[in-house]
Amino acid sequence: MTLDFARRVEVTLRLNARSRTTVVSPRTTLLDWLRDDIGLTGAKKGCNEGACGTCTVLVDGRRMNGCLTLVVQCEGRSVTTVEGLAGMKGAGEVGGELHPVQRAFADHDAFQCGYCTPGQLMSAVACIAEGHATDDASVREWMSGNICRCSAYPQITAAVLAAAREEAGR
Amino acid sequence: MRDFAYARAGTAEAAVGTLAAPRTAVIAGGTELLNWFRLGIAAADRVVDIGGLDELRGIARDGDELRIGALATLNEVGEHPLVTRLAGALASACLQAASAQVRNRATIGGNVLQRTRCPYFRAEEPLPWPCNKRDPGSGCASLAGRHERQAIFGWTQDCVAVQPSDPAVALAALDARADVLGPAGPRTIPMREFHLTQREAAAAGEPMRETRLGADELITGYRLPVSTGGQAYVKVRERASYEYAIVSAAADVRLAAGAGGPRAAGAGGPRAAGAGEQRIAAARVALGSVAQRPWRLTAAEAELPGTPLTREALLPVIERAMADAVPLPQNGFKVTMARNAAVRALLAAGGAA
Repeated sequence: MTLDFARRVEVTLRLNARSRTTVVSPRTTLLDWLRDDIGLTGAKKGCNEGACGTCTVLVDGRRMNGCLTLVVQCEGRSVTTVEGLAGMKGAGEVGGELHPVQRAFADHDAFQCGYCTPGQLMSAVACIAEGHATDDASVREWMSGNICRCSAYPQITAAVLAAAREEAGR
Repeated sequence: MRDFAYARAGTAEAAVGTLAAPRTAVIAGGTELLNWFRLGIAAADRVVDIGGLDELRGIARDGDELRIGALATLNEVGEHPLVTRLAGALASACLQAASAQVRNRATIGGNVLQRTRCPYFRAEEPLPWPCNKRDPGSGCASLAGRHERQAIFGWTQDCVAVQPSDPAVALAALDARADVLGPAGPRTIPMREFHLTQREAAAAGEPMRETRLGADELITGYRLPVSTGGQAYVKVRERASYEYAIVSAAADVRLAAGAGGPRAAGAGGPRAAGAGEQRIAAARVALGSVAQRPWRLTAAEAELPGTPLTREALLPVIERAMADAVPLPQNGFKVTMARNAAVRALLAAGGAA
């Protein structure tokens, strides 16, 4: 049995609730595609090796490093970036009302320079959905894949727990 | 990253069929492969994607065995109730590996094929220093330079690196077998023999070989005998989370009858009423990050039945089993640290810590 190897691959996926078809070189990472081809620069290129978490996006609802994911591996999948977060809860468009996790980050001053924040937000949304935002220790463990060089960790932890409580209370 | 041609495999056989050609790589999660491409550790003209193979997915009990598909992610394995209950050391090892988002991509099949974290090895090409793994015959910069994180067993003058996988240590301790598919059909490789030390590889005439997996073979899954003992995985590292082990230890302990039942790892059962009251009936223990393979302490395992489940009783048993350690000038501390990790893992697996 032989397989056909291709140098250009057509991929259809959902990006922030909108279907897209694209043709890519196989080596194109999800991160590079989002930033360079689509113009969604929320996900940041920090380390480009999976160490910093600032490129974290959701793929089928699960958080992943955009730098460790190829676009060709996303065929048929649903990708959510920080740009799609505000519109996720309601029927609002991108740029609508802030997602509760975004609001909690603002309320708790959970950033200084803000470079890591898009990745922190996406990771926090997943962390809460996974049921891991139960207490301080669990949040710190399950958010450890997102580095914050300003070291806003106490505020980030507080914001994640507050957003989790708000979600549970709704 | 250089470009490559890409194809999605429809079956495991089709994927294996592509591996006869040179410079063909398999991608599952891709968390290692993409970094290999970036650094020049690996180069491929063709990449075959096995990520869509549902036959390689899933975790299920099959009689006395636990079956885990190669494409199960580290988070799926680590949080699966069957694995937590029947192979607690493996669940714990998976969840202590990498980060939450890497664990959503990294697969249990690919994880054991990750390569050493030796900083001399993991540099971008062209390498500014010798490394026999990257450039055979060039030498080992680590042996002459920094090597505090390197091997205390099985190393040679050619290479002193360790295998960093956490799950591999648990798989070796629990006598898992890898199901492997090659051009000639399926076969199994016991996980305690899957990786090779540098000395074993040299004796086999292939000094830089790291595993018994053939270049044209694919791991399709694992089978683990279901354990009735308590289990634990202890990982010692410089950060509390998202860091490779300096040393680690996986243990499976069955206590002697009448001395209280075994407890699941991390369950935190009641402590022993008195020192020496609980005795080990049978135990398995493996060290991680001390060699280029998980290091089963078989001499200790032979001695442990009848040993009280106390730190005082366990320490000399582990020390004797590690008497053949040969630390490098900078990593003598790893002998002590690994000994203590093994004792802690045994105590935790027996429910005494």
